[in-house]
Amino acid sequence: MLSIKNLTVNVNDKQILKGINLEIKPGEIHAIMGPNGSGKSTLSHVLSGKGGYTVTGGSVTYQGKDLLEMAPEIRAREGVFLAFQYPVEIPGVSNIYLLKAALNSIRKHHGQSEVDAMDFLTLVKEKVRLLEMDEKFLYRAVNEGFSGGEKKRNEILQMAILEPRLCIMDETDSGLDIDALKIVSEGVNSLRSPERSFVMVTHYQRLLDYIKPDFVHVLAHGQIVKSGGAELALELEDKGYSWLEEAAA
Amino acid sequence: MNTAIATAPAPGSLAAYTPSMAISRYAAEYQTIAPALPGQNLPWLQALRATALAQFSAQGFPSPREEEWRYTNVSGIEKKLFAPSLDLTGTDVDAEWLKSYKLEDAWVLVLVNGHFSAELSVLDGLPEAVTVMGMADALAKQPGTVEKYLGTAADQSEHSFIAFNTAWFTDGLFVHVPAKLVLDKPIQLLHIVTGSEAMATTRNIIIADDLVEVKLIETYVGKDSAYLTAAVTEVFVGLNADVTLYKLQSESEKAYHFGGSYIKQARDARFTHHNFAFGGLLARSDIHVDLDHASECELNGLYLGVKRQHIDNHTRINHLKPYAVSRELYKGVLDDRARGVFQGRVIVAEDAQKTDSQMNNRNLLLSDDAEADTKPQLEIYADDVKCAHGVTVGQLDEKSIFYLQSRCVDEETARNMLTFAFANEMVDKIKIKGLHDRVLEQVLARFPQEGVNKEWL
Repeated sequence: MLSIKNLTVNVNDKQILKGINLEIKPGEIHAIMGPNGSGKSTLSHVLSGKGGYTVTGGSVTYQGKDLLEMAPEIRAREGVFLAFQYPVEIPGVSNIYLLKAALNSIRKHHGQSEVDAMDFLTLVKEKVRLLEMDEKFLYRAVNEGFSGGEKKRNEILQMAILEPRLCIMDETDSGLDIDALKIVSEGVNSLRSPERSFVMVTHYQRLLDYIKPDFVHVLAHGQIVKSGGAELALELEDKGYSWLEEAAA
Repeated sequence: MNTAIATAPAPGSLAAYTPSMAISRYAAEYQTIAPALPGQNLPWLQALRATALAQFSAQGFPSPREEEWRYTNVSGIEKKLFAPSLDLTGTDVDAEWLKSYKLEDAWVLVLVNGHFSAELSVLDGLPEAVTVMGMADALAKQPGTVEKYLGTAADQSEHSFIAFNTAWFTDGLFVHVPAKLVLDKPIQLLHIVTGSEAMATTRNIIIADDLVEVKLIETYVGKDSAYLTAAVTEVFVGLNADVTLYKLQSESEKAYHFGGSYIKQARDARFTHHNFAFGGLLARSDIHVDLDHASECELNGLYLGVKRQHIDNHTRINHLKPYAVSRELYKGVLDDRARGVFQGRVIVAEDAQKTDSQMNNRNLLLSDDAEADTKPQLEIYADDVKCAHGVTVGQLDEKSIFYLQSRCVDEETARNMLTFAFANEMVDKIKIKGLHDRVLEQVLARFPQEGVNKEWL
């Protein structure tokens, strides 16, 4: 699904990622953990195509195609979804408008006709119920005035409707109370399938109590310094990051 | 240039005025049109006009040297020498064109080149108690009422456009809604100019007595040519009355527009203004509101400038008495070489304790050559008040663009969506569907609509 080979990335001439290697197969959940400043967010931003990053070396292949060649919206239409750490408020654009615009862009990209209005509404309402959201959210401006938890739930709602192949979740647990964390996790778990892969970028192990990863990678100083199974997260919870950082430095 | 200062002649002595003293060519032309202006038999009006003429003659049109006009240069008006129509003779109005601006489900008063046309107006079913007529008719039929109100909300010493209007107005509209009446349909004041190099100088008076509820829509349009609109509207909102005034300024792209709205609110009165400034080569709007005890006003504005348009909005809110509330939000979208000006003043008098005021101006610049000049001013003389103001001038937020891109929307569409959304916040405030749809159409026509699917709105 995704193959990252020796990826190096600069921000303002400073090297942030120093040779990342990662293989993600369909259906797998990979957790990327690491202390602040380790390059976690840079990795998720580079994968989704955000500006301000210069790829200086290496490659990223997504479903056999060069991901880095694609504009952000093409990546999204090809099935790469970034769940933002800080979802952006878009006053004046309603949630339902954006969902429809996004879904139709994907359909058009794959040569399909626009979604039927009734089918769309049925789909959206079903997903809204799943995430225990109020239908009124659909008609409110995207994320405007939403609480932290509501914003994160809204990200998962978009994910549930757009049905991406690769979900990159950037610090999804930040700003969530325990109830919201449960709802968000259940939403994510319900989306797990043999064709869909997840990259979960997180500082804390807490989210991984609810969404069990297949692999855990520790990022420090721009490199993956250790990889393991779900049990590695627990070890990190116990021992912190310093022992690995020192090893990397 | 002759800069001699004319002194005000004695009231009623229009003839005593010597045109050669004028610094404005308009003043020199005045004698040729004066006999055709309405209200010849009313000494009080003749005196008012004489004073106004003297003031205008001494100053000419406002100059950028005046603080309240520093960003707006109207010298083009002086260069053009637009000519007023003295009556409706020979005026041909394209019915289909006019129809496209008339709102359905509204009473419509039509002013053509500065003159009320009963023939083109639609007043079927208007309650008999409501007085609606041309200003010239009102001066003939109800001179006492007009005298009581004319010039009491608009202060002609404010600047010479008001004086110009007072001296030159050829007609206008007079609307009087008696106490306790709630009108179920809006009244549209449709101001059209059909002539090239023409000038339409109109004076409107709107009186909403105590407990009245009424919605009015001023629409300014013109045939595609250079002309001048100089309109002054005085609005009187009675005790506990509720007046909503929409202004849709869609003048031709070569036109000059001055429109002043001057509002006096009585105790507990509510006034809402929605100012959509879309048209004109150079357009200036003044909105002044006087707030009495516990009255409330809401001023909303949206100005959209393209090409070389210059759009100036100037608001002033006078908190004169305690407990009044004012809310103001003006948004501007400026593209190409357009320039937008916002000057907002809130003045809280010493007596106006417990004033609650918020003013906000937000500007979106879509090109490197567009310009926004914004100047919010708070002048507070009371000590127990809550006043806030905020201003932003900027480009589209790159974070928002990337967010939309990450949701499959291409960059250009994302920019269009965000621009539209920025403006649409103001359009969404329109409570009259027919008007809402027309304004929306105009917003979409002015900005690239690619990707903004109307059916989804």
